[in-house]
Amino acid sequence: MIATEPGTLRMTFSREPVVGPASPTLTFGNKVIPSATYSETNGTAVITVNAAVPVIATFGNEGRTLIVSPVSTPSQTTATTSTPTTAPAQPTPAPAPPPIPSVAPRRYFAVVDASHGGDDHGEALSTTLAEKDVTVVLARSLRRELESRGITTLVLRDSDANLPVDQRAVFANADHAAIYIAVHATSSGHGVRVYTALLPYGEDDRGPFRAWTTAQHPALPLSQSTASAVASELQKRQLTVRTLSAALRPLNNVMGPAFAIEVAPQGSDVSQLTAPDYQQLVTSAVATAVAGVRDQLGSAP
Amino acid sequence: MKLEEIPRHLLIGFAILLAATLGLSVYAWHMRKTAVAPPAAVVDTRPLAPPVAGPSERVVLFIAHDDDGTLRGESAQIPMPSGRQQRAEELLRALLSRYLDKDSPHRLGAGADIRSVYLVDPGVAVIDLNSAFADTHRSGVLVEQLTVASLIQTISVNTPNLLKVKILVDGKDRETLAGHADLSSYYDVAAVNQLATQLQAGQ
Repeated sequence: MIATEPGTLRMTFSREPVVGPASPTLTFGNKVIPSATYSETNGTAVITVNAAVPVIATFGNEGRTLIVSPVSTPSQTTATTSTPTTAPAQPTPAPAPPPIPSVAPRRYFAVVDASHGGDDHGEALSTTLAEKDVTVVLARSLRRELESRGITTLVLRDSDANLPVDQRAVFANADHAAIYIAVHATSSGHGVRVYTALLPYGEDDRGPFRAWTTAQHPALPLSQSTASAVASELQKRQLTVRTLSAALRPLNNVMGPAFAIEVAPQGSDVSQLTAPDYQQLVTSAVATAVAGVRDQLGSAP
Repeated sequence: MKLEEIPRHLLIGFAILLAATLGLSVYAWHMRKTAVAPPAAVVDTRPLAPPVAGPSERVVLFIAHDDDGTLRGESAQIPMPSGRQQRAEELLRALLSRYLDKDSPHRLGAGADIRSVYLVDPGVAVIDLNSAFADTHRSGVLVEQLTVASLIQTISVNTPNLLKVKILVDGKDRETLAGHADLSSYYDVAAVNQLATQLQAGQ
């Protein structure tokens, strides 16, 4: 993502040679991210961003842009990023060790994402029913089922709002959610499909920063085993189920375990998607499966 | 020669022929007026592909089937040009012609077409779809994934050494095919191979 939105600071680095700012202290006149300091030692540039709220750094523009943006985690005032760069005319010293990223506490065990929303209607399930309206109801139902099993849950997009896919992943990553579940609905086929990320052709991680498009890579085995547990539980409830990979954002951008469900009617009647008993049948199966693997998910980094 | 000198039977024969000629003329005039004009040919707005030169070859097309949500390899005999890039384009056009058939197993919208396929070494293919392909595509995770897997699996199985594939729409980057399948990154051919295996088993 190469965009500057309110509350997002974008900084571009040139690797060779290192070009520093005119002043080592940068002030932005912003209450959220008021200032940053820059220092350079033997070709290693360090930027310390002082922020009133926790911030997260991600790479964009094929690694040429570092995006620092606030996240909604409990109070933490400073995040430090270190970008190793090499000055061509200088001897190459041992690079400074990267700072240990501070881990914000987990507020929610599960993040449930009602896909689409706002201008993005998703599939037109019928002439009067949009996918975005079904996903939000399913997401709320899943939250109820998870919370009834003692799992703290955040529903992303709890209203008809536009929420970019990058932002959805940022929320899940910033919260260090133990499990991210995206909810989709469809009129085609029958039952439920459970998807894990089909990772795109690999981008390399850069030092302590993970490549955005393949951030899911380390967590993929746990995502797949969780998806299998969900599929197994759905089958126990006599639901038609299928487990597949899908190039479905933001699954590949989420750093922790993540899967998506796509709910279709059992028969040919699309209105079943809005039936509370059918919704509960699906969401209770998903919640039971997640609760069953809670220990494995909770111990994941 | 005077009229009375012409034999009587010749005169009668001439009169009959004249009458028959006049009668046929009147009949033809009548038929012309009542003839129904032939229907105008249906205008096909799709661009005409140049005729393919080359011997026909047996290839494998990976066809999506909506009825059971599967992707199945089917062999087909199609004329194939000698150029690597033209071969890739022909493969995908053959695939598309199946989807645009009346009895399509995975229907695409009217006017859907492949603009071009570019093969860039090492191991990169770029498939450029036209805007009708994406704009009229049905929305849904599986239905979009089937289309993408069908295109990439068909081109990669028949084109050796492909590592990654990018899909453009009208020569430009696009976020998704129809709201779900990601088009913003390069597809990893090895990962799509695995997906194709998963998709062979229906629901």
